[in-house]
Parts: sequence; structure tokens; C-alpha cells
Amino acid sequence: MAGSNPATTTEYIQHHLTNLVYGKLPAGFERHQADGAVEVLAEDTWTMAHGGVEAAAMGFWAIHVDSMLWSIGLGALFCWMFVRAAKKVSTDVPSGWLNFVEMVVEFIDGSVKDAFHGRNKMVAPLALTIFVWIFLMNLMDLLPVDLIPTLLSYAGVHYQKIVPSTDPNITLGMALGVFILMLFYSIKIKGTGFVKELTMHPFNHWGFIPINLFMETVGLLAKPFSLGLRLFGNMYAGEMIFILIATMFGAMASAGALGGGLQAALFGAHESFVLWGVGFAAVVALCWLNLKGKIATGRMILLVAAVMVVVGGIFNLAGGVMQWGWAVFHILVITLQAFIFMVLTVVYLSMAHEDH
Amino acid sequence: MNINLTLFGQMLTFAFFVWFCMKFVWPVIITAMEERQQKIADGLDAADRAMRDLELAQDKATDQLKEAKQDAAVIVDQANKRANQIVDEAKQQAISEGDRLKAAAQAEVEQEVNRAKEELRAKVAGLALAGAEKVLEAAIDEKANRDLVDKLAAQL
Repeated sequence: MAGSNPATTTEYIQHHLTNLVYGKLPAGFERHQADGAVEVLAEDTWTMAHGGVEAAAMGFWAIHVDSMLWSIGLGALFCWMFVRAAKKVSTDVPSGWLNFVEMVVEFIDGSVKDAFHGRNKMVAPLALTIFVWIFLMNLMDLLPVDLIPTLLSYAGVHYQKIVPSTDPNITLGMALGVFILMLFYSIKIKGTGFVKELTMHPFNHWGFIPINLFMETVGLLAKPFSLGLRLFGNMYAGEMIFILIATMFGAMASAGALGGGLQAALFGAHESFVLWGVGFAAVVALCWLNLKGKIATGRMILLVAAVMVVVGGIFNLAGGVMQWGWAVFHILVITLQAFIFMVLTVVYLSMAHEDH
Repeated sequence: MNINLTLFGQMLTFAFFVWFCMKFVWPVIITAMEERQQKIADGLDAADRAMRDLELAQDKATDQLKEAKQDAAVIVDQANKRANQIVDEAKQQAISEGDRLKAAAQAEVEQEVNRAKEELRAKVAGLALAGAEKVLEAAIDEKANRDLVDKLAAQL
């Protein structure tokens, strides 16, 4: 995790914001190896990028392996969960998981019926996919920011962004998919009416065609971009705040016994997994005792806070409380953003289906 | 924050998952839900209908019961009347039969009395003559006294 001085804190944040990239390094690129040697590439090379500089040098011919894999994995999870329900579905009394799936489906169906006035069999499944998939992608934000990247770094994977919706490629990719559908249905349903809409609005006179065309095109293009960037911005900002709160734990080493607890007093900047393991076990044990009814909730919270202070000092306690608070607030944000993306998609497609 | 191939990768993935959902998830679930909705609506309708039917049947049963009670009362009335009538008739018949029997007996008695009287008359005439013969010891002209004795016998 992060060190104590500002330089390494910056590195920590940048590291968290760097994707795992596979792409083409151009010929003549100077690769800096870990041992300090410099390798000059003789020709274009497809390879894993080592760090942000190489990723930037790859330009367009690169793919974010982590974003893609998490995105595909979560989409597959969505399909698996809902197909499992679809296999069990019958006209009898539903139960368990099927209840939940039917609740989601009914919610989406209601939203689509409210916002979409055309006739199109595609819109409702599209809305369901968007809502659940984006929700799952956003949900990855609630996992502790260091958990999976740290585990993967032991497996030799040094960069990992586990929240696909903090990658503009992902959000804009979906928004562009929606945009293509908008164009397709606009042309299919309206035909020449679509051209007229672009040229004769808002000023219905042939002399204003260039102005109209400009304004309508900007309006049209703004839809997918605002759609994709809104989701990206919200998730990116949320992720950033999680990372910033996490840097508090890094500030412990230099903060002394009061600020950094036993960790700072005994081990300094070196992480002690034994100490943290004991602290973690103590917190889990306290929660378990509370659930068993052996210890009152108020006392449990005080004891958990005390354990956190002893192990990691005030920074640890403050960081823990802030992580928890932001995560609770973020539950609202991730759901809301998934919902907004879905509703706007439905509204845009509804506009594409309205023939004036 | 580079825009790169990931964009198109995500578009392809997006298209695939939407297709998948459109083909295997949405229609299956929504059809089953609509069918179930229909089933429940039908069930509620049927329950309503059954309730109405039950009410009608109960009304009908009450009406029939009332009617049956009325009928029964009428029948009992009629039966009572009829019974009284029969009893009266039987009384009348008994009385008239008694009268008839009495009359017949009286007639028979009268007949017997008359016959006895006739016999007596016949015997009285003979006895009177025999008595007179004895008393007079003389031959009396039977013819001459016959009228006299018959007159006497008739007065008996």
C-alpha cells in the first residue's frame, strides 16, 4: 500500500488509476526495464504495457484487459443469474431467487412502459441488460479498493482496475451502442422525417438549414456523450474518493503511536500482516459475538473502534469510518447511475420512434 | 484515460449481452409473468362468480324453503278439513244407517205383530166358537153366528 510521503501517495493513486493494458508499442519506443536497462523496440510489438507511460504510447491500438474481463465476466454473471431464473419460471407460485428476478423484470417493464411509447420488442430486454449489467459493474466499487489489486499483484498482475464503469471506454462503448440504435430506429421509423428533423428544426425555413443542422447535430451527439460521460464521471469520482480515503492508511507510518497505533510504533512503514490479521480477527469476533447476542451493539461498536485505534491509530479509525460512510452513500449512487443510464436510453430510443 | 480498442470491445460485448437477454431471458420471464397474471385474474373472477352463484343458490334455497313451508301449511289445512269432512260424513252415514236399521227393525216388529194378530184372530174365532159350542151344548148354526164372531174377532 501507499508510503508516507507525498510522492509515493501520488504513485499509489496513479497506480490505482492505471489499467492493465495489452497493445501495440510503436517501433523505436524505448522500454525501461525493471533493472534500469533500456530496450529500444526494432518494430511494432504487441505486448502487455508496463505502467502508464507505455500504455499511453500504445495510443488507440490497445485494449484494457482488466476492464474487458471484468465487464464480460459481470455480463456473463448477469446472464447466468437471469437464465437460471428463466429456467425455473412457471405460472406457479414463484419463490426465492425467482422472486427477486421477477421483481427486477417487473420494475424494468414498468419503467419502459412509462417512458417508451413505440412498439419495439428490443427496448425492454435492452433496458434490463443495461440496468443490471451497469449495476453489477458499479457494485465492484464497493469492494475495498486494495483487496483485488493486492491479491493479484502477488499473482504477478501489477495493474488492475476492477470497476469497469470507471473506464470511459466501457461507458462510452455502451453509449455508442445506444447511439447506433437511436440512429437506426430514427432512420427506420422516420425515414426522410429524420432528415427534416435535423434540417428544419428549430427554425422552419430553408435559409436556416445550416444553423439548424449544426444545432441539431450537436444536440444529437450530446446525447450519447452525456450518457457515457455521466456514468464515467460519477463512478470515477466515487472511486477516486475511495482511493483518497485509502491513502489515510498510508499516512499512519509517519504519524507515531497516536496517529498510527501499534502498526506505526512497532513496524513503522513495513506492513505487519500478523498485526493486521489479529486486528481483523478481533473485529470479526466482536461482530460474531454481537450477532450471537453475547454483547450489546453499542458496546460492540466501541470495542471495534478501540481495536482499530490500537492496531492502526486514529488514521485507521477515521479511514475506516469514512470508507464505511462513503460506501453507504455510494450504494445509492451506483443504483441511481445504473437507473439513469437505463431510463435515458429508453427515453432516447422513444424519441427515435416518435414520428412527427 | 485513453480511448482505444476497449471501446469497440465493449460495444461488441454490449451487443452480445443484449442479444442474449432478448433471446433467452426477457421473453421467457415476461411471458410466464403475464400468463400467471392472467391465471390469477381468472382465478379471482372465478371466485367472484362462485360467490355470486352461492348467494343466488342461497336465495333460491330460502325461497324454496318458504314455498315448501307454505305448501305444507296448505296441505295440512286441507288434510284437517278433509279429515273433519270424513268424520262428519261417517257420522252422517252412521246416523242414517242406524235410522235405516231402526226403521227396518220396527217394520219387522210391526209385521210380526200383525202376523201374530192375524193368527190370534184366526185362533180366537175358532176358540170362541168352540167355547160357545161347549157352553150352549147345542148346535148352533155356524153360518148364522159366524158373522157375529168375526165381528168380535175384528175388534181384538
